[in-house]
Amino acid sequence: MTEAGPLETALRRRRAEGAKLLVPYVTGGLGQDWPAVIEAVVAAGADAVEVGIPFSDPVMDGPVIQQASARALAGGTTPGAIIDTLGRLRPGAPTAVMTYYNLIFRGGHRRMASLLADAGVAGAILPDLPLDESEDWTAAADHFGVETVMLAAPTTTDTRLAAICERSRGFVYGVGLMGVTGQRAALAASASIMAKRLKAVTDKPVLIGVGISTPDQAVEACLEADGVVVGSALIRRLLDGGGPEGAAELVAEFRAALDAG
Amino acid sequence: MAAVMGEPGPQGRFGDFGGRYVPESLVEACDELDREFRSAWADPEFREEYERILADFAGRPTPVTECARLSEELGVRVLLKREDLAHTGSHKINNVVGQALLTRRMGKHRVIAETGAGQHGVATATAAALFGLECVVYMGEVDVERQALNVFRMRLLGAEVRPVASGSRTLKDAVNEALREWVATVETTHYCLGSVMGPHPFPWMVRELQRVVGTEANEQCRRLLDGGHPDVVVACVGGGSNAAGIFSGFADTDAQLVGVEAAGGAAIGHGVPGVVHGMKSYLLQDEAGQVAEAHSISAGLDYPGVGPEHAHLAATGRARYEPVDDAAVLDAFQLLSRTEGIIPAFESAHAVAWLMREAGRSVPRGSTVLINLSGRGDKDAAQAMDLLGDRL
Repeated sequence: MTEAGPLETALRRRRAEGAKLLVPYVTGGLGQDWPAVIEAVVAAGADAVEVGIPFSDPVMDGPVIQQASARALAGGTTPGAIIDTLGRLRPGAPTAVMTYYNLIFRGGHRRMASLLADAGVAGAILPDLPLDESEDWTAAADHFGVETVMLAAPTTTDTRLAAICERSRGFVYGVGLMGVTGQRAALAASASIMAKRLKAVTDKPVLIGVGISTPDQAVEACLEADGVVVGSALIRRLLDGGGPEGAAELVAEFRAALDAG
Repeated sequence: MAAVMGEPGPQGRFGDFGGRYVPESLVEACDELDREFRSAWADPEFREEYERILADFAGRPTPVTECARLSEELGVRVLLKREDLAHTGSHKINNVVGQALLTRRMGKHRVIAETGAGQHGVATATAAALFGLECVVYMGEVDVERQALNVFRMRLLGAEVRPVASGSRTLKDAVNEALREWVATVETTHYCLGSVMGPHPFPWMVRELQRVVGTEANEQCRRLLDGGHPDVVVACVGGGSNAAGIFSGFADTDAQLVGVEAAGGAAIGHGVPGVVHGMKSYLLQDEAGQVAEAHSISAGLDYPGVGPEHAHLAATGRARYEPVDDAAVLDAFQLLSRTEGIIPAFESAHAVAWLMREAGRSVPRGSTVLINLSGRGDKDAAQAMDLLGDRL
């Protein structure tokens, strides 16, 4: 049994207090004020923050996050600049970067893991790096103490599900539906089933992401899950010019709904 | 040691390249495809039906044509494997017939595909019509414009063409969009990938479905060359399916294998190892790992990556990969038309352009060279008209 890192420790502690976990996603490099957005969502009640490092070819992302990534890249952002900035932030909650594997592979497994660790980033989420291909990265990440969050999907078989939970650090990311990131009108039935299947095989925090668009959907997902990741709904607000205040407002709505149950 | 161009194992590794870098949502579908293809490919009835359709519907075998006038012009003996004569105008039909059969075998009723020049899109739409499958083709907006004829052909065949407006609006982005859709529809839909690229089992499966090109060409060459084989086998490479097909027939001989890349899309020539579209291979990218945009006269080669087996063949030295530029391609396009009465696709003209440059240099006079003429040039006529115009 590996000792839990700061991300998992923080999430377990909040869960033990009876809270449902709220992890908003913020695209790094989106606008000048993205560091302020991270601070604002933490102040509004986020338990951790997922920070996107934009990639040119984000195959797991729908139009909203694609647009945010393209805009951030056009603004000249780089993985190095985002990690540097995170190193200077003290948002008061753990952060995990979410990016695509080529940026890690190109940067070098050990070099990237050590950069993230030095910047105080607790975790990493790589949606195009499935369990079977993850060893080079997880060896480096484990060495430097970066928690690699693994994803499980509705189509994942039971055998794989157990292995994914075993390998996951920080929390287990249950993909709520068969599809890419984006807002949906209703919570998919698959989200609750996914959460239930994961809870049956792991004691690690189970968060559902993809397709959690409203506070009501978050509450519904949390009937089974320990928490939710909220991405496109927040990014939509940022793309519309909401800024840190708009982001905080939305996260506060999710927080209040989850706290009220 | 495994045979050259043999079976890449359950993880789809070609040396350091290949693999399966996909979202977890697609892992089960890739596993299923791997299982189904292995069982189908070992099933004599499946093979028989595949071969029958290639013969009766697609017009196989395609001939090997001896090019008397071009040979005289270049000082080397030039043979063409005539994939331009296959139904729908290119080698792409070989792959889609196999994948359409697999789609039916898996109980799925719908296919999606990406296309660059439109040849794979047309081939997929054709196979979908033949098998009564629903068909959606993703195509970059830039390509929709420069390949309007193929867009119309796909629609005529009953497929829906969805223009892709993200990124560079070419083949790379069409692949992204097809992958995104597949994540959402994987339970009913097969992704009919058009080249020897993407996550395992696609690079291996598509090569096996194109192997017929190499197998036929090997036999045809033996007949023409008194039991021998050509000194050089050359093919254009974007993702690399036609090259993989013809190389597979000669990998175990001592023929030199040459892949010709577009100068603006030379993943092996100018790229470094990277991971995109589910595979580890050579990739045009910046220092941070952002994928670069390719630029080529030919929409089919406008791709910043390359199939992982080609990366491996390059790394081991079994094949070599060289770039040619757009101007040389236009010259070759005209030369083959005038000397042999064959209008090649811009993609295939890359292979001809390479030989025009290398004949008498790295290819000694008197050599025998087999070019895989992967497709016909009708689709490029409008673009060539704009580019050549009054010069003709």
